[in-house]
Amino acid sequence: MKSVKKPKIAVWKFASCDGCQLSLLDCEDELLDVVGAVEIAYFLEASRATIKGPYNISLVEGSITTPHDAERIHRVRRVSKHLIAIGACATAGGIQALRNFADVEQFTRMVYPNPQYISTLNKSTPISDHIKVDFELRGCPINKYQLLEVINAFLNERQPLIPAYSVCMECKQAGTPCLMVSRGAACLGPVTQAGCGAICPAHQRGCFGCYGPKEAANPFALAEYFKGGGINDEKLVRLFRGFNAFADPFRQESERRQSPEPVRD
Amino acid sequence: MVLLDRNTLNQMFEALAESGFTVIGPTVRDNAIVLDRVNSINDLPVGWTDDQERGAYRLKQETAGAFFNFTNGPHSWKRFLYPPQLTLFNARRRNGDIELIPEKPTDEKFALIGVRPCDLAAIGIHDRIFLKDHHVDTDYRERRKNLFIVAVNCLNPGNTCFCTSMGTGPTAGTGYDLVLTELFDEDQHHFLAGTGSVAGTKMLEKLSAPPASPALLHHCDEMLKEAATKMGRNIRTDELADMLRESFDDPYWQEASAACLSCGNCTMVCPTCFCATVEDVTDLTGETATRVRRWDSCFNGEFSYIHGGILRQSTLSRYRQWVTHKLSSWEEQFGSSGCVGCGRCITWCPVGIDITEVAGKFWEKKYPSRKKAATKRQQPREVLIPVN
Ligand code: SF4
Ligand code: SF4
Ligand code: SF4
Repeated sequence: MKSVKKPKIAVWKFASCDGCQLSLLDCEDELLDVVGAVEIAYFLEASRATIKGPYNISLVEGSITTPHDAERIHRVRRVSKHLIAIGACATAGGIQALRNFADVEQFTRMVYPNPQYISTLNKSTPISDHIKVDFELRGCPINKYQLLEVINAFLNERQPLIPAYSVCMECKQAGTPCLMVSRGAACLGPVTQAGCGAICPAHQRGCFGCYGPKEAANPFALAEYFKGGGINDEKLVRLFRGFNAFADPFRQESERRQSPEPVRD
Repeated sequence: MVLLDRNTLNQMFEALAESGFTVIGPTVRDNAIVLDRVNSINDLPVGWTDDQERGAYRLKQETAGAFFNFTNGPHSWKRFLYPPQLTLFNARRRNGDIELIPEKPTDEKFALIGVRPCDLAAIGIHDRIFLKDHHVDTDYRERRKNLFIVAVNCLNPGNTCFCTSMGTGPTAGTGYDLVLTELFDEDQHHFLAGTGSVAGTKMLEKLSAPPASPALLHHCDEMLKEAATKMGRNIRTDELADMLRESFDDPYWQEASAACLSCGNCTMVCPTCFCATVEDVTDLTGETATRVRRWDSCFNGEFSYIHGGILRQSTLSRYRQWVTHKLSSWEEQFGSSGCVGCGRCITWCPVGIDITEVAGKFWEKKYPSRKKAATKRQQPREVLIPVN
């Protein structure tokens, strides 16, 4: 039998909590298939051993928050054939992008006794702000089946099946009665991209927006409806400032709610 | 027509189970009356009812012990006849070739209990679409073949119902095996039962119930006639299809769709919407693949993706597509309206967009002096519970 060279995968970490990398480790049974199909060449979370690039697929977790990382991401790009950003940090700047709405220096002064040693950027930004990204896999954390699907699609050279439609689509297919309608709960499902399987509504919690804005999202209309139901602008700002606060449609909506007269663009 | 009581009705559940049916009916779960497996009358929403308005549904426990004193909930029967996700076939590589492995169709026999007249009409629409002519959906055919349908007439239509306008209710038309009308007051709890098929007649024979008196039949008829006037919504359907066909550039679509989130809920809950996509799922080695059919919606961008781009970019174009297909172009395509007046899309739109209001606007614009076409009600504005 001729030996086939397995494609090499690398996993890189930037500013993040490691939760998305854990999704890969969490693949348990599937991981055996992954290991059979690919060579995990660089994955510090799982193994110390590393193999030099270039890599067929690089999975990048985390956002860019320091000058050092802003430079390192370019090196990752150079050694990667396909580069896939995974998770809300890498695709939208993550929860740490809340700093983008405030003064970072003030934070560092508050948190660190010697802020002069802290070298950080004003903003936490997604990977695509710095380099060309071949695919963005959303979620906080990402869904392991979606991760396998993306790896799978790149290995088989086909389009990944990652729909950009609403969480409601998954919620309704799962058979969960809508919480907005049945209980008057505020849910971000109608403006959020599917992928999680609508877990929160299935447990009677409104969607938190972990997968970021759906395609053609209309957060203005949803916010106006919430407002009619008694949720004030201050709460609306907090509603849209979660893990994907810096993703455009959510960012615009929260900023609009801070301005005196919210108007549609 | 015969008269069943609670016990004979319960015997029907047993008889159906004995004949190998999976019995599906209304039951209470997650603050709503959903459709799921029911083993006996005790699984029905005994004593429960609902309040419905645009974008709002509230379950209410009533002291009385009626079984069917509610209107349609968030689920429709398409969940069982046309499931949200279905494996069509598998494929694997073999000696340099691709081998197709067909998926065996389900041999599950369903008995549907409590099918409302509007939903019966919706099943009729799907029958036409999936079983007529050359384009037969084989999975639907298998599920439909062994179906046993127990319809229930509506004596108390809901706030978002408009089956009278669509000519589908509140009395069941055709397509059932049995039809029930629930008679409930202080001193009686009975079900007037009629048959609509050989299987239905056989079932009634098994249950050995006494015939209903002519006076009772008359009383029932009168109540159903009255129910037809108690719809919370209505639309004028005359000329509507033409009006909508010519509405493409109407500026009103802007206003009508401004609040729409393109979330797709309306299409998911609609008993006639049947759009689906097919997806191929491969394994990591690329050795096997599975083709899956999944519910899709005209509100999704990918739905109108055609070589290189999404055709319907704006929410306006998606909303217009949905309404005009339901109420207009469906007629040319399938010979009837695509709407049976069940009201689900009005109740279950998370922001309460009302198709009867939108349809009514076109009518009012054309004939400003005539009677208002749509009943507009105040939307309940309860305080929402914020997620965090
Ligand atoms: S509960 Fe949330 S995600 Fe589910 S249908 Fe309602 S709005 Fe959409
Ligand atoms: S369009 Fe709305 S009212 Fe008509 S059948 Fe569909 S869900 Fe029911
Ligand atoms: S009409 Fe309502 S349910 Fe339908 S897509 Fe628009 S917001 Fe969603």
